[in-house]
Amino acid sequence: MAQTSMTLPKAKEPSNLKNWLGVSPFFLFAIMFILFPSLYLVEGSFFNQEGQFTLQNYVLLLQTPAIVNAYKLSIQISAATAIGGGIFGFLLAYSITVGGLPRQLRSALITFSGVASNFAGVPLAFAFIATLGRRGFVTLLLKDNLNIDLYQAGFDLYTFWGLTAIYMFFQFPLMVLVMVPALDGLKREWREAAENLGASYFQYWTRVAMPILLPSILGSMILLFGNAFGAYATAYALTGGRLGIITIQIGAQIRGDVLHNPGLGYAMAMGMVIIMAISLVGYSWLQKVSERWLR
Amino acid sequence: MASKGLRKVVAMSDTSFDISVDQGEPDKKTRSLLRIGGRFWSWVWFILGAIYFLVPLFATLRHSLRMERDVLGFKAYERAFEDPSFLETFLLSNALAVATILCSTLLIVPTAYWIRLRLPQARRIAEFITLLPFVIPAIILVFGLIRTYSTHFTIPFTDIELFQPLTTTKFGTYALITAGYMVLAMPYMYRSVDTGMRVVDIRTLTEAAQSLGAGWFTIITQVILPNVRSALLSGALLTFAIVVGEVTLASFLGVDAFGPYLFLIGQHKAYEPAALSFVTFLMTWFAMGMIQFVTGGQGQATGAH
Repeated sequence: MAQTSMTLPKAKEPSNLKNWLGVSPFFLFAIMFILFPSLYLVEGSFFNQEGQFTLQNYVLLLQTPAIVNAYKLSIQISAATAIGGGIFGFLLAYSITVGGLPRQLRSALITFSGVASNFAGVPLAFAFIATLGRRGFVTLLLKDNLNIDLYQAGFDLYTFWGLTAIYMFFQFPLMVLVMVPALDGLKREWREAAENLGASYFQYWTRVAMPILLPSILGSMILLFGNAFGAYATAYALTGGRLGIITIQIGAQIRGDVLHNPGLGYAMAMGMVIIMAISLVGYSWLQKVSERWLR
Repeated sequence: MASKGLRKVVAMSDTSFDISVDQGEPDKKTRSLLRIGGRFWSWVWFILGAIYFLVPLFATLRHSLRMERDVLGFKAYERAFEDPSFLETFLLSNALAVATILCSTLLIVPTAYWIRLRLPQARRIAEFITLLPFVIPAIILVFGLIRTYSTHFTIPFTDIELFQPLTTTKFGTYALITAGYMVLAMPYMYRSVDTGMRVVDIRTLTEAAQSLGAGWFTIITQVILPNVRSALLSGALLTFAIVVGEVTLASFLGVDAFGPYLFLIGQHKAYEPAALSFVTFLMTWFAMGMIQFVTGGQGQATGAH
């Protein structure tokens, strides 16, 4: 925000127009490849197959069990991995910042988090098939040595729990990356002040550090939620489209109008955009709240 | 480190503040015990995290080395690299990544520069635009792109036709997918470059260059670009990591890139996909390691899935 206060020579009206001309290629690009494609989906969602304006698509959206279930499954997986990945990622970020681990481990973990949070899609799915698939490394290891049969116990890589385990691989590293700066922002003086007033370490965390960090933690979890909610390639590579999460359903609709109603497909896409937009608004709000103390 | 901090606090409370002195010794002792307990848990979380990271990679590597019965060897890698489709798709993906990076640079560097220098009132809207790709995931983006550009292009809600469908020609499809990748990479590229410009004070640099008689082209290519080099490079490497393995846009637009190829061989073969997955992982690691290297550990390192 500080940079907006940069003193600028006040541009006069005609040259102001010229200034806007300078950024026109960028805005033109945004209009062509973000705005228009989005508007086309909006437009499509409000028309029926006869080309008449209708709200029917949105009504159908909420009445089609397959679609409602797909949203539900997507939200469940995203929420589970956002909360699980968020908590575990926070603990990891804690351990390398204020937790007292050696400094070399910190940079190793941050680099690795950068890699893991970008290692998604097809290769990630293959990696987990080799790990937790029916003949995967860990599956066989547990079976042969500890006599634990994961698949007998009800685990299946190609279901909710499997996908959750896979998403965690890119979820908690992302949490590490966003939480490390926040934890670094905790000022030493706060801890010292608390301790000088006789607070225990536990009291310091529950009464001082946590209230400061909480907006940032929740905001990051929302970011993780959106991250999982929009993921398509990993789930597709894993199940070939059998697991009915919303992105897979939309994919099937793009490939061949499986709903036999294009308008309904567009409405389905819009539903996703709306959920993503809500989570982004929540994230930015919490980010703003947390900036009061951190940074 | 924790005990050193504690000692400092203790020393401080003994000399300047007397508040905690009468708390007595036992409290200090439990406090430092708690710290040590905290460090124990730190190790536990770290080791758990390391296991979660490393086991899938180890399993992939192990699987990829076991193509021949009872021996470990690089057979799967040989087979995978031998396939002419591998090289074709891999080169195409790399070419698309380079095109995306070049076009993004051309579009974003002058824009970010101009907004910082002359048009601060456009800042909010530009930031808003760069956030949009987070709201519109790849699957929705490609849905919109197909609906918009696979038919005769008209302005939304009207019948005014602007141009022919892009997806009917190979070049048109490549242009379209590059534009799509530019959208996916935009948040990272724009933010990276914008942060880079905030650090180097482009205003002074511009004035200095102008006073020496440089034109706009010279200023951007000779003064601004070299100064945001590391920011740009880290954005570019992240873009590279995103584009090379990308599946969603490529498969729906029918581009024979590396991502769809990897998916395809995953359906038919057992060991080669593991080998190529491991190679992909090494490439991602290389890109991220380079980002750490060029930015001195300050680089932003998250992408889209």
